Amino acid sequence: MGIRIEKTEAENFHKLDQIINRYKAQEGMLIRILQKSQEVFGYLPPKVQAYISQEVGIPISTVNGVVSFYSLFSQEPRGKYTIRVCMGTACYVKGAQEILDAVKEEIQIGVGETSMDKLFTLNASRCIGACGLAPVMTINDDVYERLSPADIPSILYGYIKTHKKAKVTH
Amino acid sequence: MENIRETEELQLKDEKVTLTIDERDYTVPQGLTVLEAARMVDIEIPSLCYLKDINEVGVCRVCVVEVEGARNLQASCVYPVREGLKVRTNTERVRRARKTAVSLLLSNHHRECTTCIRNLNCELQNVADNLGIRNIPFTGEMPNYGYHDNNPAIQRDYNKCINCRRCMAICNKIQECYVYSPLNRGLDTVIAPGFKKDLSEVSCIMCGQCVIACPTGSLSEKEHINEVWEAISDPELVVIAQTAPSIQVTIGEVFGMPIGTFVAGKLVTSLRRIGFDKVFATDVTADLTIMEEGSELIERLVDHPEQLPLLSSCCPGWVKFAEHFYPEFLPHLSSTKSPHAMCGALTKSWYAKKYNIPPEKIVNVAIMPCTAKKYEAARPEMECDGFRNVDYVLTTRELGRMIRQVGLDFTNLPDEEYDEPFDQYSGAGMIFGATGGVLEAAVRTAHKLITGKEMLVPDYEDARGQRGLKYGTATFGDKTITIAIAHGTGNAKKALDMFKSGQKKFDYIEVMACPGGCVGGGGQPIFGSRDYKQTSLDYRHNRAETLYNIERGKEIRQSHENPRIKQIYEEFLGEPLSEVSKTYLHTSFIPRGRHPYLYAEKPYKGFKERN
Repeated sequence: MGIRIEKTEAENFHKLDQIINRYKAQEGMLIRILQKSQEVFGYLPPKVQAYISQEVGIPISTVNGVVSFYSLFSQEPRGKYTIRVCMGTACYVKGAQEILDAVKEEIQIGVGETSMDKLFTLNASRCIGACGLAPVMTINDDVYERLSPADIPSILYGYIKTHKKAKVTH
Repeated sequence: MENIRETEELQLKDEKVTLTIDERDYTVPQGLTVLEAARMVDIEIPSLCYLKDINEVGVCRVCVVEVEGARNLQASCVYPVREGLKVRTNTERVRRARKTAVSLLLSNHHRECTTCIRNLNCELQNVADNLGIRNIPFTGEMPNYGYHDNNPAIQRDYNKCINCRRCMAICNKIQECYVYSPLNRGLDTVIAPGFKKDLSEVSCIMCGQCVIACPTGSLSEKEHINEVWEAISDPELVVIAQTAPSIQVTIGEVFGMPIGTFVAGKLVTSLRRIGFDKVFATDVTADLTIMEEGSELIERLVDHPEQLPLLSSCCPGWVKFAEHFYPEFLPHLSSTKSPHAMCGALTKSWYAKKYNIPPEKIVNVAIMPCTAKKYEAARPEMECDGFRNVDYVLTTRELGRMIRQVGLDFTNLPDEEYDEPFDQYSGAGMIFGATGGVLEAAVRTAHKLITGKEMLVPDYEDARGQRGLKYGTATFGDKTITIAIAHGTGNAKKALDMFKSGQKKFDYIEVMACPGGCVGGGGQPIFGSRDYKQTSLDYRHNRAETLYNIERGKEIRQSHENPRIKQIYEEFLGEPLSEVSKTYLHTSFIPRGRHPYLYAEKPYKGFKERN
């Protein structure tokens, strides 16, 4: 009894196979595999976790334990851009809460939620280790430093604009 | 065959060390932990998450002690002894730390003690009492996770979980089903199956070992006492109880009798006084299982050697394990039903007709040492002529509660006999309750049927010293077969993996899902409160030994000599593996896959949902 893969998912699962084959032989590579898979699927649905468990030979309960432990992994579909506002001590005393409130206000979603247009997901993260730049926010791989609430609308608008442009050209 | 004890003796090195516990010097073997050493010399250190040889992780911090030279208190369950170690187990600082640890657990625990299924038999309750906790200075968040019980066997109440991980340890290390894992992080941590699914949706075999391991009421069997009371109080219905072999040596423990006391007579009396109309011994149909399975062995041995190996199938936990993890072995499973299902099938067909009782009026209640039997009874396959084979399964613990509800003084009850026609059974049927029993009985019968002679005691060798997995040989005339015995599905896994890789072959294997066989079953009495010293797997040997001792004293030791078996075959079944017995006594299996939650859900039949 294998895991049924729909036609629409075939391509992603093919990529997943490649990832798994690359790291399978090495021990302690579960987190790396999960990380790469999340890049492919955008998040880690039960099916993907089960597939990884089956292929790597690690029990599904353990895989799910790892996925649910790290805030890096998401089991829910996420927006195109994940906003992480650092709530570590340094950022917090420099006003991270106001930054977070400003983001919430701007895109009208709460922490852990995804906007209706599937563009943004908002997370409050633990210390990301850039305390010297506090307060810090990351959007996917971009880091925004020394923020004030007034910076937020223009930063977010930048992403909305690129997204729209990308849509037009496609 | 003697019941070979898997001695749980630690690999004690010859070296001894002298350490000081509470100002007194003691000499103990090297390699122990401080907790073990202290308990060895009768110094009690309380513990919660510790389960000897299974869960030694030091997460609950209840067993902390002061170690000279260490700045912080140390968890004694994971602190090894060494020469000159100075330990204090009972200082103000230690007491305060233990109290705080338990108070914190309690502050987040839904303390519904009076209505809890483990009331008066709960390790958490006991530790709190021993530490004299009278008020809890903290207010926990007490998140309400609710409980999951969408299956006929086991219910999980997350609100009573103390995250000790004992269920997970026994499931991973002994059963190797890997059902549980810690999910989420920090205060949100829950010990749950992947995706926090119900046990029915994951590859859980319902063996109930986690229930036995659980120190609180977080894991328990799903009770069917009320349904049984309802049936008993309905004058229209004929309520029949059948008792598994191992119940005869364990039910006494619930009432404070020593471990392994043989109480078959009192058991029958108590069931009659509870109000069951008839009391049958499942041992009789265990004999029948032997006849069918033994004949199957002969059939495969003589006519279809390609269908070997034969795998025993009387343990529902093991069957489900094979269905989840080894679907390629399903055709090799013996198709015979387990004894309790046979008894149910026969009472509603042969017995009903013989004694003129309409089968729809019969309610068959099986008293089993097992939570998986609850699940097995609810399997859609377990049905004949449109009647459920067994209507309700009660565990030993539930029967204990019923006896208490009636107010019987169990220890002083007189002895009574089982009811006809399921009353006489052979020793072979009895030893079903212990590991190795099924195989031994079936081989004995097969030997007799093939050669006409009694068989000599087979020799077993431990497979590479692995406890719980044994190999041996049996000779039938000119044929010699390899037989194997495994208990604990982890050991079955080893045997099957070695078989697949060609490392170690066998022709006939008996698997019992629970360590020790049914005597260590998931429905057996739990040593909860005062006896946490015994909370390890050791006690199961005493129960098994009693079964073997009684068996030795039995006049009829072979299944085929049992007059009742002869009667059933003459009056109803004809011969083993006949058309009639195929209809009533045999079943089928389905592959379930490792990730059942990804497939369509299969509803369970025959059990009313809890309201």
